[in-house]
Amino acid sequence: MDLTLSPSEQQFRDEVRDWIEANHPGPEPEAGLEEVMAFRREWQLKMHAAGWAGISWPKEYGGRGATMIEQAIFVGEAARLEAPSPANVLGLAMGGPVVIAHGTDEQKQRYLEPILTGEEIWCQGFSEPESGSDLASLKTRAVKDGDEWVVTGQKVWTTFAQYAKWCMLVARTDPDAPKHKGLTYFLMDMDQPGVEAKPLVQITGEGEFNEVFINEARIPDENIVGGVGNGWSVAITTLMNERAGLAFGAIAQIANNLKRLGALAAETRVNGRTAAEDPVFRQRIAQLHIEAETMRLNAYRGLTKTMQSGIPGPEGSLGKWQWADINQRIAELALDIEGAYAPLARGDEHVVAGGTWQYSFLRSRANSIEGGTTDILKNIIAERVLGLPRMR
Amino acid sequence: MYFDLTDEQQAIKATAHDFLAARYKSDRIRSLAESENGFEQSDWDEMAELGWTGLALPEEWGGQGLGIVELAVLFEEMGYALAPSPLFSNTIAGLALALCGSDEQRERFLRPLAEGKLRGTPALWDAGSSATVGSFTMEARADGDGIVLDGEKVLVMDAAAADFFLVATSDGRRHLVERGADGVTVSPSTSIDTTRRLYAVRFDGTKVAAADSLPATGADYYAVFNRLCVALAAESTGLAQRTMEMAVAYAKDRQQFGRPIGAYQAVSHRCAQMLLETENARSAVYGAAWAADAEPESLPTAASMAKAYASDAGWRVPDASIQVHGGIGFTWEHDLHFFLKRGKANAAMFGDSKWHRERVADAVLA
Repeated sequence: MDLTLSPSEQQFRDEVRDWIEANHPGPEPEAGLEEVMAFRREWQLKMHAAGWAGISWPKEYGGRGATMIEQAIFVGEAARLEAPSPANVLGLAMGGPVVIAHGTDEQKQRYLEPILTGEEIWCQGFSEPESGSDLASLKTRAVKDGDEWVVTGQKVWTTFAQYAKWCMLVARTDPDAPKHKGLTYFLMDMDQPGVEAKPLVQITGEGEFNEVFINEARIPDENIVGGVGNGWSVAITTLMNERAGLAFGAIAQIANNLKRLGALAAETRVNGRTAAEDPVFRQRIAQLHIEAETMRLNAYRGLTKTMQSGIPGPEGSLGKWQWADINQRIAELALDIEGAYAPLARGDEHVVAGGTWQYSFLRSRANSIEGGTTDILKNIIAERVLGLPRMR
Repeated sequence: MYFDLTDEQQAIKATAHDFLAARYKSDRIRSLAESENGFEQSDWDEMAELGWTGLALPEEWGGQGLGIVELAVLFEEMGYALAPSPLFSNTIAGLALALCGSDEQRERFLRPLAEGKLRGTPALWDAGSSATVGSFTMEARADGDGIVLDGEKVLVMDAAAADFFLVATSDGRRHLVERGADGVTVSPSTSIDTTRRLYAVRFDGTKVAAADSLPATGADYYAVFNRLCVALAAESTGLAQRTMEMAVAYAKDRQQFGRPIGAYQAVSHRCAQMLLETENARSAVYGAAWAADAEPESLPTAASMAKAYASDAGWRVPDASIQVHGGIGFTWEHDLHFFLKRGKANAAMFGDSKWHRERVADAVLA
């Protein structure tokens, strides 16, 4: 048992740290999604030039071929230093790895480089209005027409659809097959008349996600990944890639939030003393620190196990559940500490801490929904870790 | 970075698991729970043979010289088996002598303790006091070169099985008193947890020679306290693991409305919650155990995190298991209540979760 980094891991961490500190472009622009995207594109180009984009990708495809622990260190340092997100986060984390795992040589040639440079942004067309947790029930249809497919349907919660060139689209190609078998994984060109993206305004007032309306859009045969009818297993790879490696970024982000929470408690007065001196707030703050530490240690245990077995296990679901829960409770506690000022939001003259906690409180509501709801994660844990009978 | 047990630690775990499973079947635990001293000497001799009485004590004094990680491994299994044994209280006495005693005291008490020939237990809390960590009222009244003790200690674990006590006084010191010394009276207490015996111990003009007072003072004992908290948290983790397994097995087996109850999310999600709490407790325990062995400066906070979390999980998980079992889980006939009671008793001892959270708050809000 050794919870410290080995000398070579430390050296890698220092290298990451030095590079991010030397190249950090400062905080993201506050207003305007366009400005934010331009900022992130520039950051991704810098990352790519230094070999940090596609850190997990094999070297032969332009990545760094980093080990799992190196990926964890990189993600952790980037989050700790609050480095911006790269513009093409879905392409890097999901699109590239799927093309590398299931794509043809032509597809690798065509798609990988523009993902790394951020020249082509990717989005994910999985969820539909009537297919959320039960993804395999999706209804978007693709019908063969010569050497093309004609696609009609609707996708939802599509992050960055308005900027995306390529959509990782799962559509039903065989309506008569059992629901998991009749699906195919396509790369759909978003620049065509049959595709329309409309921002979906969230409870924060922002439009991070989109609805995508697909009306007789066309996709050539060569844009199928993994073969007709294999869409489900290809999609699962994507989701596994989405979850793996995120843990260490989430841990560093929670550590930063806990630091801010401590500062807020020290600055806020309640009943003649600071919130940091209030025994009830102290208990709640301590409990969050304890749970954040268990999450960090669970991730280390998980990483050790994954390094031995080579594949991330279903235990990763615990971490995602725990992250959502802790993140939400940090923001809830911050608003409780703000007390009667809690309703005042960003832009108000009397707002506390610039309204960041109001934003976090609202944005974190999605944490237990996005990327697998907590309820579904509990099903996965019950069935796949504990071996309880399937509920359906 | 490698956060898992080594092969050697896995072997200790497997040995402990098999030995304890063979010794402490339900009937045996029940008969020990009703016996006079709550344990049997023959079990003790076997544990001593396995090296458990001196597991984390220095080789120099007859111990195995292993670390707190190994101790946590052992106590997780002790909790899993719900073993009725004075091993925990004896371990505290051993750590106190190893970390705070004089060489002469170590020779007389620690060596035979490590070898399983003598048993010790701490006598800390004073009758009528609030029994908070590190705060004692019994006076060490000067008497020639030595001292005289008067008063009553409560919540003394395994006192009837102990050969000697480490008695705490208000000046923060500890004193070695043999159970048979003049003026010592041991009376059993009634506890919800019959698998770990508690006693009240009276001292009426009991004389302690200067050579029997440990040289250390109050603050020094936190080195012992932090380590025993890790061991106790490990034990609670074992209770959680076992009762979670019992719940999962029952949920697979028990049929209602024509299906195993584990197919219903109200039940399966409760089981998932039990897994989360058990795994969190385990991570906190091993993180703190590693700190004790490798990074002692971070031990106080890590130990409090482990004790706080495992204190809660150590009774909530058994409690949730009772809920999954329904009516049968509430009966005396089912073993679950023993786990719940031990978990609740563990949670209350050596700082409850609230006390330890406050200690964490002190560290993180500094």
